[in-house]
Amino acid sequence: MHGFANPARFLKIAKWLTVPLLVGGLVISSAAVLWGLTQVPPDRLMGETVRILFVHVPAAWLGMGGWTTIAIASLVELVWRHPLAAIAARAAAVPGAVFTAICLVTGSIWGRPTWGTWWVWDGRLTSMLVLLFLYFGYIALSSSLAREGQSSRIAAIFGLVGAINIPIINRSVVWWNSLHQPPSITMGQSSIDPVFLWPLLIATLGFSLLFGGVVLARMRAILADIQAEARLRRKALQAEELAA
Amino acid sequence: MSTTGSRGLKPKHQRLVLLVIALVALVGAGLLAAYALRNQASYFYVPADIAAAPPQPGQSIRLGGMVENGSITTAADGVTVEFVVQDGQARVPVSYTGIVPALFVEGSGVVAEGAMRADGVFIADNLLAKHDENYMPRELEGMSSAELREELQESMSGPSE
Repeated sequence: MHGFANPARFLKIAKWLTVPLLVGGLVISSAAVLWGLTQVPPDRLMGETVRILFVHVPAAWLGMGGWTTIAIASLVELVWRHPLAAIAARAAAVPGAVFTAICLVTGSIWGRPTWGTWWVWDGRLTSMLVLLFLYFGYIALSSSLAREGQSSRIAAIFGLVGAINIPIINRSVVWWNSLHQPPSITMGQSSIDPVFLWPLLIATLGFSLLFGGVVLARMRAILADIQAEARLRRKALQAEELAA
Repeated sequence: MSTTGSRGLKPKHQRLVLLVIALVALVGAGLLAAYALRNQASYFYVPADIAAAPPQPGQSIRLGGMVENGSITTAADGVTVEFVVQDGQARVPVSYTGIVPALFVEGSGVVAEGAMRADGVFIADNLLAKHDENYMPRELEGMSSAELREELQESMSGPSE
């Protein structure tokens, strides 16, 4: 992993990977969602609304995956002082927040016809909303630290502390009675019929590739920003020396 | 606090140990908090909870459980439904006046918001349907596993209908 400590090598690989990830993710996820919208039979109870599954569930997984990325990158930053870890954590925050928001919005739209309500304060929904607010806090903190030119270590600690919410989201439907149903996929067992499961897994693959592509693109943008900043500072120093 | 001397721990490993201790403490605190919240954070009471600690009549609570098979009856006014919510241990009769959610069927989950009446009937102001974790197409319901497999192979090999 320390081979990537050199940003130049990382940038070369990231540049090569970004577009295939974005295009591949777009093609695979739209194919899976279209498949889910047109080819899949309606659910025995929920009817046609089951099709929201193919957006809602991958978005929920990636919303949680985004914070897991932040937590792992924060650990690497704090322990190994890896120069790219802080940038990776910052880059994962915005797509993670977007997927969490998509999960909440689609869940709300799905809840109205199936449960009979847009929103309830049960364990699953509340902990997912907390995740969205954690993202907002993390984005505000890390971008203000970067703007002030301060160390991102406080953001990394925030990223690690916030990770406690991830197992809580996962277990919320097991620990507490909730309106949201218990997990359908546990330890390799699925109570989702394969007719629904396959497009769901393929949509998840597509959304994951999209997530990866966005993270790489954002890492490249942040690195370019840092480089431009450093170059400007050098120029300003030179100009000062000339003037003196 | 310098540990690089005696124990010869590298700063990198020192940070790792510190962080692991901090994380274990954090997860422990989180789990303890979640455990303490066990009852308070539940979205509804099941009939067994109500049997164990009957709520005051008129106190707003949520009651959740399965709609007992064969228990749904519609009153003469056409908009009042009466049914029994059970959880395998206890049963609570419920009365609700209004439009029921589409997923409200016998043998399925339900969450009722309302209060107990003095005679032990739960008067619901609002009904929410609770979906279970099983997703299954309509055509496959009630099929044997052999039939299911056949149907699946068919649907995977080419577009149905």
